Amino acid sequence: MDIVEQGPLVSLRGISKGFPNVQANDSVDLDFFRGEIHALLGENGAGKSTLMKILYGFYRADRGEIMVNGERQNIRSPLDARRLRIGMVFQTFTLIPALSVAENVALYLPHLPAIPGRARIARQIREVSLRYGLDVDPGATVRDLCIGDQQKVEVLKLLLADARVLIFDEATRVLAPHEIESLFAVLKRLRDDGYSIVFITHKLREVLACADRITVMRRGRIAGTLSCSEATENTLISLMFEAAAPAEMRTAAPGQRTVSATPSLELRGVSAKARGGQTRLKEIDLELHSGEILGVAGVSGNGQRELGDVILGLLPCAAGQKLLFGEDATRWSAGHIRRSGIGFIPEEPLAMGVVPWMTVLQNAALGDLEKYSRCGGLALDWSAVRADVERSYGALGLSAPGPHTQARALSGGNLQRSILARELGRLPRLVVASYPTRGLDVVSATSARRLLATIRDSGASVLLVSEDLDELYGLSDRLIVLFEGRIVRTAFPRDISREEIGHLMTGTGCGHAQ
Amino acid sequence: MRSRLKVLSDQVRRGLASAALRYVLILLIALAAYGAVLLMAGKDPVKAYGDIVKFTLGTSYGLSEVIVRMIPLLLTAVAVALPSRLGLINVGGEGQLYMGAWLATWGAITFTALPAIAFVPLLIFLGFVGGGSWAAVAGLLRAKGWVNETISTLLMNYVAPLIVGYFVYGAWRSAESSAFPQSPAFPPAARLPRLFGTRIHLGLVLAVLVLAIYWFVMQRTAWGLRMRAIGGNPEAARRLGIRLGWYIVIVLFIAGGIAGLAGMAEVSALHGRLRSGFSPGYGFVGFMISWLAGGSPLGMLLMSFLLAVIFAGGSLLQVTQGVPFAAVNVLMAIILFIVLAQIRFARRRRA
Repeated sequence: MDIVEQGPLVSLRGISKGFPNVQANDSVDLDFFRGEIHALLGENGAGKSTLMKILYGFYRADRGEIMVNGERQNIRSPLDARRLRIGMVFQTFTLIPALSVAENVALYLPHLPAIPGRARIARQIREVSLRYGLDVDPGATVRDLCIGDQQKVEVLKLLLADARVLIFDEATRVLAPHEIESLFAVLKRLRDDGYSIVFITHKLREVLACADRITVMRRGRIAGTLSCSEATENTLISLMFEAAAPAEMRTAAPGQRTVSATPSLELRGVSAKARGGQTRLKEIDLELHSGEILGVAGVSGNGQRELGDVILGLLPCAAGQKLLFGEDATRWSAGHIRRSGIGFIPEEPLAMGVVPWMTVLQNAALGDLEKYSRCGGLALDWSAVRADVERSYGALGLSAPGPHTQARALSGGNLQRSILARELGRLPRLVVASYPTRGLDVVSATSARRLLATIRDSGASVLLVSEDLDELYGLSDRLIVLFEGRIVRTAFPRDISREEIGHLMTGTGCGHAQ
Repeated sequence: MRSRLKVLSDQVRRGLASAALRYVLILLIALAAYGAVLLMAGKDPVKAYGDIVKFTLGTSYGLSEVIVRMIPLLLTAVAVALPSRLGLINVGGEGQLYMGAWLATWGAITFTALPAIAFVPLLIFLGFVGGGSWAAVAGLLRAKGWVNETISTLLMNYVAPLIVGYFVYGAWRSAESSAFPQSPAFPPAARLPRLFGTRIHLGLVLAVLVLAIYWFVMQRTAWGLRMRAIGGNPEAARRLGIRLGWYIVIVLFIAGGIAGLAGMAEVSALHGRLRSGFSPGYGFVGFMISWLAGGSPLGMLLMSFLLAVIFAGGSLLQVTQGVPFAAVNVLMAIILFIVLAQIRFARRRRA
């Protein structure tokens, strides 16, 4: 290959970057070549995103240099990076929803004339999208596009602005299974045309499916770089976690379960209006029995959050009836519902589950203040709280963190464990678990899944909202698929294929602008 | 364990030292800036400041007057600090103060025959309820998600003095001195007792008691923990089954009640009758004190004393230097400006 002769397109040398309390990057050396898909793999907080944001000029490195085409460059802002033909697709898109595809692309062009030639831009978009399979209607308003198409617009923006290095930050997080496949196809065509693709992810399956070279990061350093042929799931895991690779990646599939006479949760024709968002719940009927995990599949934003909020009493039912353990709970307050034995694992632990600047102990106390109040609330029994924290961590087979650590100082995994300990320590009869493993590394995710299976086996009910189909298939006794606020399918996992779920999740017709 | 305690106490000491340094710096910059204003007005700033120190801190009478000023400042500061723990911004201390005074006046001129032993608790109750219900209106609007409490409390500040004005110009206008718009005099039993033979009155005890209760409730009780949880993360608090709406209304009621006590104490202990415009903006200064002190009880005690000195100094300068009383507002504005600028600066440094 002529790669070696040409030398790397981008070289990072000795890049270091520290934030308060954490060294995000520590003397990182890394090369990106033309015509390769380079995956950056690592658990959360390994420093992948920080490193790429330094290359894109979003952060400045404390030390180290960046070479583009062998020349040393000082990248001080994303503008500098774009001039050097480096582009980045962020996790949250940077499109303007009210404008059309062509207008969004035009805004990003390096030399936008005072009166942009609409026809010319639209023609260019059509040419490029045809070439790489990024078909989007240039005249469509971005707001009307599905997430997968919006991502295509992001890529088009970079291509028309002449980027040669394309960085994708967790690009598949928002996509449905078949959209991921088509993204990979696009990436491969771009690679064949000589683009340099950097793909940040923590999902092994994706790395093995599309990368040419794989660099594993661990605690801010490079743990190793492998070519695609050398890499296996096991070698990558051992690089990500040193020797401490998880013994078992998947939880055991559930067996047959008996169905209780009274469901723990029953929704009859429940509809709900969302505050702010446009997704509503429409005529939801579901039953959840004790000792059962009901998996909720769907692209996020299709009513998952509203479903959880309705069950927890945070969102009122506009119509229909909600029964908890056989009692009509339609009008119960959130506090009443919680006291009746319902726990929750929020989708964003820091934003929705704890008070960030409070300590582990204080957050644990908040979970059940009635229990710890003395003299009607005039005092709190902190030793009882501490004992309960120890006990519930112990029951989960974990060791408790320092009781006076602030919640925001905990890592993602430890924070999730503290919530699991608090919620499961109360021995709930029903748990609403929303994306319980999102953002967790492989080890933490596996232990969280095992915990959910354990409480299910002890007779509790679990509503498991997830976007990870492996997780849903691995844990659920039954599955429902949500699309635009409706249950479009209820099935046993063995009776429904991934592809079918993927199409149900996206309403099949995605890919064409409305 | 001992070494940990030592580290902790070191940290506390360092924290206190840096806070003290911060306050001193703020004060110095503000005094210098105000000095420049005085110079431009053709006054002698050094003499002015000298006068202030001499006549407020240097004599026992001056000191007692400072403490008299401090009472409403401390109370209205707590009235801002308490809801701020829930993330609520109560700008309405001034209006709540007026409504507390208004309802207390109604009691004082209606039940004229009561003995002092019954009158004082009645006035405290009425002052509290008057200010409290006024603030609870804003609380209800906020809890329902209709109007932001910052806006409603701010706007209600303009209504309360007008209500008081309506009564003192109209139904309650005193017959004995019809030249001045004011209510009839309170019966002697409706005057809060004074202490130490000065103008310092029972309000001081109320203020310190309120401050102590505020600290205890916030730090030690289950309610305090709930309130801090609401302030720290309302989303999580809602999920944990805490009744946000209920807490918002109750806390604003109590906060308004505390500001109402300040108004009641002013009219009952000092003026002995209700006059329109009796407060020189205590409620607004209380807001400033609460933010300057970051809601810390000790900080509020110190800052309310300091600002009481400035207030007392303002009336002094009016006499000695011929500077209008309103000129102290310039100094207050300078202080507030420096504090806000400094918060922004600190934030940028952290980021």
